[in-house]
Amino acid sequence: MKDFLFVFRDNGMPSNVSPDEMQAMTKRWMDWIGGIAAQNKLGDRGNRLFPSGKVVKPGNIITDGPYSEIKESIGGYSIVKANSLEEATELAKGCPGLTTGGSVEVREIREM
Amino acid sequence: MPLYFCKGIIFMKQTELIPHLFRTEYRKIVSVLYKLFGIEYIEIAEDIASDTFLLASELWGLKGMPENPTAWLYTVAKNKTKDYLKHHSIFTQKISKELKYSTETFHETEIDLSTKNINDSQLAMIFAVCHPCNPPEAQIGLALNLLCGFGAGEIANAFLTNKEVIYKRLQRAKEKLRAEKIKIEQPGLSELHERLPAVLLTLYLLFNEGYYSSSQDTSLRKDLCQEAMRLNYLLIENDYTNKPGVNALFSLMCFHSSRFEARINEEGGAILYEDQDTNLWNKEMIEKGEYYLNLASKGDELSKYHLEAAIAYWHTHKEDTEQKWENILQLYNQLLQIDYSPIAALNRTFALAKANGKKDAIAEAEKLNLIDHHLYYTLLGSLYTEVDNEKALEHFQKAMMLTSSNSDKVTIGRNIEKLKDLEGFKNR
Repeated sequence: MKDFLFVFRDNGMPSNVSPDEMQAMTKRWMDWIGGIAAQNKLGDRGNRLFPSGKVVKPGNIITDGPYSEIKESIGGYSIVKANSLEEATELAKGCPGLTTGGSVEVREIREM
Repeated sequence: MPLYFCKGIIFMKQTELIPHLFRTEYRKIVSVLYKLFGIEYIEIAEDIASDTFLLASELWGLKGMPENPTAWLYTVAKNKTKDYLKHHSIFTQKISKELKYSTETFHETEIDLSTKNINDSQLAMIFAVCHPCNPPEAQIGLALNLLCGFGAGEIANAFLTNKEVIYKRLQRAKEKLRAEKIKIEQPGLSELHERLPAVLLTLYLLFNEGYYSSSQDTSLRKDLCQEAMRLNYLLIENDYTNKPGVNALFSLMCFHSSRFEARINEEGGAILYEDQDTNLWNKEMIEKGEYYLNLASKGDELSKYHLEAAIAYWHTHKEDTEQKWENILQLYNQLLQIDYSPIAALNRTFALAKANGKKDAIAEAEKLNLIDHHLYYTLLGSLYTEVDNEKALEHFQKAMMLTSSNSDKVTIGRNIEKLKDLEGFKNR
């Protein structure tokens, strides 16, 4: 089994989400992660990221947030265990973020 | 047969009293002596405690019962210990360095059989027995032998194996404790955090051994559960070890044992949750479980015992509500993230069917790929029932092939019967 990083990208949370919708979304994430864990393929559930941040560029140029240039921002990450990139990609297909315009980047982790 | 009245034990016949005292007092006496002598000389501690009971059964039969049998046992055990030390000067010299007291003062020191020292000694022994230098199944055996006074034969019955296997396992485990020079003491505060999980795991496995064992000996199984609860309670009674995870595990045991009478039929076979008579559920135990689950929630620790206790709590609500199954599903989602097990994965999928419907659950179940487990096929069989009855039958038949347990075969057989009664199967 190898480790793969899932990087969750989203378009930012729409502003008009009701608490019920929010709760339903959380449940879908929990069920999805739970499903990966039930296959014994979850390495680390990872974390979610606050939307705001800073970006440091050469010459100590600091800008607000990563999203000034790209539309999507990283919303969180998890680590899964799979035998191949294909298998890991298959696991990513059920990600609830995909239904709201987000994406999952799947990358094999190379141990240092 | 005359009846006796003695302190704490009302109207118990002598023939019942000695085994009863053996159960309750032997382990107390022996743990104080274990702690006194150290792990090197546990057999001597056991000999002294056994001799004490042997003398009791001889003398009490001839002369009648002493007024306070427990105090009598303690006095005899103390004297036998002192005699032993006096008459084995070589031994005394050899171990005097390890004894907490020098040999001189030791003879004068009372051997302390106060409740406090008994509890402290038992607690110290729990940590020695559950030392991670031994594998879990050896720890369970040791716990039953050294902490609960079970013989190799009884342990073998519980583990469904033969006495020699257990005897050898116990000997090896004791050797290991000696070789590692494990001290019989409560670990320091900094070490406690590290050592407590191993203790809780052993108690959890000990309880499960009784609860899930396929042994037909119901009273033995109950004994194992009760012993696990007693040892767990010792950890709760002591402020030092009274941590949230300890309360969570105790709560789990309370919820589980509340169903003990309801889940085993007269032949010792299992009665499924759905078929249980809720009148047989022990309300008092359920309340106890809730009480300790509340205590466990203080602090920010969330162990697998918390999650399992919360799952067991929701199972004390018999009626199927959306809230019940949604909660159980989310608890299993969390449990699997911190501690995967095939059984949890199967139960999670069952909860998923109840909360999200069979379509979701079938898709998830197909991914589990637990092809060695009959329970996997039983789950698939019940998920496909009324969705695709042909497939359901295939799965039940596969489950039947994979299990060797008779009570499982009866359950699966009943599922197949139910399936055949359904529309479309009537003419087969």
